[in-house]
Amino acid sequence: MRGHEPRSSSSCAACKLLKRRCTPTCIFAPYFRSSDLLTFAKVHKVFGASNVSKLLGEVPEEQRQETVNSLAYEAEVRLKDPVYGCIGAIASLQKKMLELQHDLAVARTRLLAHSGVSNHVSQLDNSPELAAFLDLVPYSDLMLLDGSTSLDAYLYDLGQPPFV
Amino acid sequence: MNPKRCAACKYLRRRCPKDCIFAPYFPPNDPAKFACIHRIYGAGNVSKMLQQLPEQTRAEAVESLCFEAKCRVDDPVYGCVGIIHLLQTQIQNAQNELAKTQAEVAVAQTNLSQTQNSDF
Repeated sequence: MRGHEPRSSSSCAACKLLKRRCTPTCIFAPYFRSSDLLTFAKVHKVFGASNVSKLLGEVPEEQRQETVNSLAYEAEVRLKDPVYGCIGAIASLQKKMLELQHDLAVARTRLLAHSGVSNHVSQLDNSPELAAFLDLVPYSDLMLLDGSTSLDAYLYDLGQPPFV
Repeated sequence: MNPKRCAACKYLRRRCPKDCIFAPYFPPNDPAKFACIHRIYGAGNVSKMLQQLPEQTRAEAVESLCFEAKCRVDDPVYGCVGIIHLLQTQIQNAQNELAKTQAEVAVAQTNLSQTQNSDF
């Protein structure tokens, strides 16, 4: 006679959706609570339950929650953008990073130019003028000075990690 | 039937029909590409995803799925979300650095103006 596994008192989201018995050793149960069917539905739609089960089985137990979180995020983004998924988000962030590198290069060049003219900026980190200025002006309102400068030396090298 | 099976049909050990949805994107000379994407998403899910997309976007979709699958194989816990977190942290650091540098420029400008005024 086939042995019976004890029935869990309530099915997890995965077993509910898959319409199967949820056992106490169910690999999904700790991470897909029955109160949140939607998260598992999205993960299942993109990755498939058996692939998720295999992935969870390959990582240490203490890292499974993080794994589920990242899978859920990827699934969500893929369902919103079926063509590019997370790659769209990565491309946007890389573009933002390039813009910031550009602005930083311009600001540093201007600072060097001013440092060469004025001796008062040699201790800027401890400068009371800087502290007073920062108290008055929020970072978001700081404006760059007019002028143009070369920034090639500071452009981010896309050949280096994490830009693959 | 395709005289030469695509990488997907070879991997799945089945005949490759003329209208095989995988064939345009998984040439037989690159079996690792399909193996990786099948390991993470499964052939059935990939097929469904591609069928739901306009044909002109499928090649891009396959490339992005392959990239994400490779990230997940390399980092089973975070996958490509690890790259996103890293970029977000780097952007935050760069924004802080930019704000600091801009403040320093403004102070230097102010000091310079004061120096020039006191010279007159």
